[in-house]
Amino acid sequence: MSGNEVILQMKDISKSFPGVQALSGVSYELQKGEVHALMGENGAGKSTLMKILTGAYKEDTGEIIFDGAPFMKRDERTTLSAGIAMIHQELSFVPYLTIAENLFLGREIMKSGVLDKRRMNELAGEWLKNLGVDLDPKRKMNSLMVSEQQMVEITKAVSYNAKIIIMDEPTSAITDREVEKLFGTIRDLKAKGVAIVYISHKMDEILQISDRVTVFRDGELISTNDAKDITMDQIVIDMVGRELTEVYPEKEHNLGEEMLRVEGLKREGVFNDISFTVHRGEVVGFAGLMGSGRTETMRCIYGLDKLDAGKIFIQGKEVAIKHPRDAIKYGIGLVNEDRKGVGLLLPLSVKHNLTLSNLDKYFKSPIIQRAKENELAERMIKELRIKTPSRNQLVNNLSGGNQQKVVLGKILLDESDILIMDEPTRGIDIGAKSEIYHMINDLAKSGKAVIVVSSEMPEIVGLADKVIVMHEGAIKGEITDPNEIQQEKIMEFAIAQ
Amino acid sequence: MEELTKKNMAGDIFRKFGIVIALAILFIVFSAITNAFFTPANLLTILVQTSINILLAIATTFIVLTGGIDLSSGSVLAIAGVVFAMFAKEVDGVPEYPVVVPVVMGILVGLLFGLFNGVIVAKAKVAPFIVTLGTMTIARGAALLLADGRPVSGMAQGFKDFAGKSPLGLPNIVIVMIIMAVIFTFILTKTKFGRYVYAIGGNEEAARASGIATSNIKLVVYTMAGAIIGLAGVLQACRINVGQPNVGQGYEMNAISAVVIGGTSLSGGVGSMWGTLIGAFIIGILNNGLDMLGVSSYWQQVVSGAIIIGAVMMDRTNKK
Repeated sequence: MSGNEVILQMKDISKSFPGVQALSGVSYELQKGEVHALMGENGAGKSTLMKILTGAYKEDTGEIIFDGAPFMKRDERTTLSAGIAMIHQELSFVPYLTIAENLFLGREIMKSGVLDKRRMNELAGEWLKNLGVDLDPKRKMNSLMVSEQQMVEITKAVSYNAKIIIMDEPTSAITDREVEKLFGTIRDLKAKGVAIVYISHKMDEILQISDRVTVFRDGELISTNDAKDITMDQIVIDMVGRELTEVYPEKEHNLGEEMLRVEGLKREGVFNDISFTVHRGEVVGFAGLMGSGRTETMRCIYGLDKLDAGKIFIQGKEVAIKHPRDAIKYGIGLVNEDRKGVGLLLPLSVKHNLTLSNLDKYFKSPIIQRAKENELAERMIKELRIKTPSRNQLVNNLSGGNQQKVVLGKILLDESDILIMDEPTRGIDIGAKSEIYHMINDLAKSGKAVIVVSSEMPEIVGLADKVIVMHEGAIKGEITDPNEIQQEKIMEFAIAQ
Repeated sequence: MEELTKKNMAGDIFRKFGIVIALAILFIVFSAITNAFFTPANLLTILVQTSINILLAIATTFIVLTGGIDLSSGSVLAIAGVVFAMFAKEVDGVPEYPVVVPVVMGILVGLLFGLFNGVIVAKAKVAPFIVTLGTMTIARGAALLLADGRPVSGMAQGFKDFAGKSPLGLPNIVIVMIIMAVIFTFILTKTKFGRYVYAIGGNEEAARASGIATSNIKLVVYTMAGAIIGLAGVLQACRINVGQPNVGQGYEMNAISAVVIGGTSLSGGVGSMWGTLIGAFIIGILNNGLDMLGVSSYWQQVVSGAIIIGAVMMDRTNKK
């Protein structure tokens, strides 16, 4: 580290949005060559602080000093050229352009009035190589894996001579091996004196990669500690403001009759020969690496995509599911991994989201009775403790955890007997995660058949009665003995050749 | 915190009532600077002139809420009017067909064009802009062919009288418009179907995952819109006493303008029928008021365009 030299000071920053004090009097400091982790539940203020830094939001009060000088007039372009780059969780690039074209977007090199493609490809190639990224700059962005796209974004940040790189949940969509690679890159950047702000919910990663950890709660900065001096428990206490006794509930499920059985499911080129059963009261965990075909299998069972072969049985009876409407009719509910893409209607209210899939169930006539619908929505808001100013609030304005609760509320109102939860806690904070784990457990206890697809191993281990591991579109292993459900065992299957 | 809520409420009020305020301002300004504007006769004229646009705008609101667009409404209105007029002829002072036949034929033509749009948009998944751009030309061409390029005249006297008569104090055409507005506002806000329309525009994939038969709903929306436009065509023909194949050019733009000024998002999922009605009246009052002031129709076009852009910009800044 280059001697604790301060690169950025944010002093007494406050910011409010209609109805919310997002930040109150936060003072934050970043040193050259450090990896500084920001933690906190969703809505705690960490992203708001970073968006103020990059100029996406304007602070109400406060002062920013960057590289020794006041840094008050900012927008997203000027911050980038000043040396502050943000890599968003949802990567932002132009999918149909090449790597080089993306890297040079907005600062193309011209030669006698036309694009100098050769030169740009050359330079892009050099930059990639400097970071140890083995990619052809002429490849289109959309042909890359998520982790590769991320490396390109990092390359872009570095190419702007960024002094500060902000990474928002950089590992949410990449595999363990890719995480190692990313960490290697972060260490190199650190050695060059780049300050890195690392936003993540993943505790073990934070402790592994960061030098200092700052925790936010309810718009305030709670603590900043050296990573080597702080424990996971302390971070959690700072984050939630109380001790979190059990993240995972006690498993005590009584298996009942068979609810769902699938045989030989196949979708050409995606997955093949998938067979399994789920019983009443059972939680079946689906483990595997990103892209192993779990999500695709669930989409087909739910009727979102077409199956090429295979049979689906509900309570022993074969059924044809051609549209999600059929799945809902047979009592299947899906919490999709893509909350914003498939799960929710962001411009609609909490109430309208909750009741959308079950209007036919509760209203026999074509007319929706307002009072009854309000009552349904209120019931779910109360039962799931959805934090929202009112049932008419747009879902878009809720935090990730509360959005996910709306998705859950929807299938609870559906009264589905078979619940498929695909990454039910992706991108939500530990407090809300724990709540959702308890809900899943309670649902199983009440006699629902539950499938949990998760890339977070502890989640599978903590919840499942039976684990099915997928690898490259096929079932590679099934662990039925509860005592055998361990991370190492699952991992063995997941990466097995 | 309380202060924040207050600020928020002020914003909400402006968001909700911004266009009502705009409408009120227009109304007051025109009343103040011209004598002819604020008279019962002129207000009635505005109502009549706006009625046809409101019908098209009601249809367009449904389509835009699903995330679509309809460029064909003006042309479909024309062909519906032509077909209506062909069946509404008088032979030796006696109507050739019973009253219902021409009316039903007019509406049916609109419905079929709507169905055509709907099938191609919902089932063949072609972008609504392209489909309705095509239909716009097809319907216009067909109208001219059917009418042989000339207005279809000889309409039965009863129809000629219908549009102008006002047995209930308001002209029939206005009464029909009000009934339609009430019915379709109800459908949009109180029924499952209306909810699904919003849902499809809000996020079609999520709507499908919620078990909604998205393509069927879209098909119904376009077909229903076609029928409403067909009715508008019938009323328009009654009003001008002929089936004019050239009528309605640019009407689709007026309808879309009303929808957009009314705050409905062109990407779908957000908007209201209430807003559309206000939007239509803003356009109507603006045109009428500028007429009263003797502003040339060329300038009126310039002003109307600027108003549309201004309204959408205002909507944008409000959302930020």
